[in-house]
Amino acid sequence: MKPSKAKAGGQAARPMSPHLQVYRPQLTSVLSIFHRLTGVFLASGAAMLCWWLLAAAAGPDYYADAMWFLTSWVGYALLFAWTFSLFYHLCNGVRHLFWDVGMGLSMRATYASGALMVGAAMGLTGLSWAIGLAVYFS
Amino acid sequence: MVEFVLPKNSRVKTGKHHAAADGAKKKRRFKIYRYDPDSGENPRTDTYEIDMGACGPMVLDALIKIKNEVDATLTFRRSCREGICGSCAMNIDGTNTLACIKPVEEVKGDEVKIYPLPHMSVIKDLVPDMTHFYAQYASIEPWLKADSPAPANSERLQSPEDRAKLDGLYECILCACCSTSCPSYWWNSDRYLGPAILLQAYRWLVDSRDEAKGDRLDMLEDPFRVYRCHTIMNCARTCPKGLNPAKAIAEIKKMMVLRR
Repeated sequence: MKPSKAKAGGQAARPMSPHLQVYRPQLTSVLSIFHRLTGVFLASGAAMLCWWLLAAAAGPDYYADAMWFLTSWVGYALLFAWTFSLFYHLCNGVRHLFWDVGMGLSMRATYASGALMVGAAMGLTGLSWAIGLAVYFS
Repeated sequence: MVEFVLPKNSRVKTGKHHAAADGAKKKRRFKIYRYDPDSGENPRTDTYEIDMGACGPMVLDALIKIKNEVDATLTFRRSCREGICGSCAMNIDGTNTLACIKPVEEVKGDEVKIYPLPHMSVIKDLVPDMTHFYAQYASIEPWLKADSPAPANSERLQSPEDRAKLDGLYECILCACCSTSCPSYWWNSDRYLGPAILLQAYRWLVDSRDEAKGDRLDMLEDPFRVYRCHTIMNCARTCPKGLNPAKAIAEIKKMMVLRR
């Protein structure tokens, strides 16, 4: 008989059952993790905002360099992602405020407010960019 | 602590395949997590083909059929087979539920995937170690506490309105589906009580006959015991009894603020 790999005392260390590996992604958990991710991403956006203000204070040459980056494809993509993150985090934050006073905690309300929140974040992002681009290129 | 990948000894390998007997008309494939503590091997997933034409409708019926007719070593907990004991809680098709009240037909796709409750220490196959969960339940002292003596000729009475406050709470059977669906509980179950235990805690907090509300809130007032709840809501989404632990936790948080 093959010697058992089990430790002395007859028991191997128990395994941990799979969690993230098997749990089905669903609206509840996905919107929640995006709230966390957008929050972290916005912190880097705050650093970028400081850098842009510093560049503006440091003179026209620095500012031109900053604007060169921010109006590049990468810059636009980042700014768009930051805008969406801001509105997502804001709208979901409002959703959390309702939850914190005990409102909208049923599954139906949670799914409805989740869809509404994502829609609002996308709408506000689109609106901001429409206004921003119109002003920038006018 | 947050650990996204499983420890080395917990990674799941592919195991054996058991084909259905010839002549099976309504074949369905079940992929089931197996762990044998005596072998010292890593966990694996075995697949079993079952003739649903000769099997009851629920996932538990299929598990029992496999154990009776195909592989007697398959190990799982079950008792009441009607969703009131909570023994057969497991992860079916990616969400936690009771095998006895989950129809096989509700599972889309060609494979029914069955795992133990997530992020638990596995004793064998689909049987997780519930010791810590029950210890957490004991920690909230789940019994009526009152200093005032009970009326001489009756029980401690409740108005219908006060009794109604326990609806949606007393139905909890402590199957742990909600707690083990909660990412916050996965990462912090050493100190966070989790949705099931907090729903139970709330059940005693709103009981009009209980006189230990202050002590109970003192015990819960802690950065981890309650406040690791981030309103993810996986708990309410998965509860096989249709209860809402997230709502109960929100009410506890409100009680904490209102008593200041």
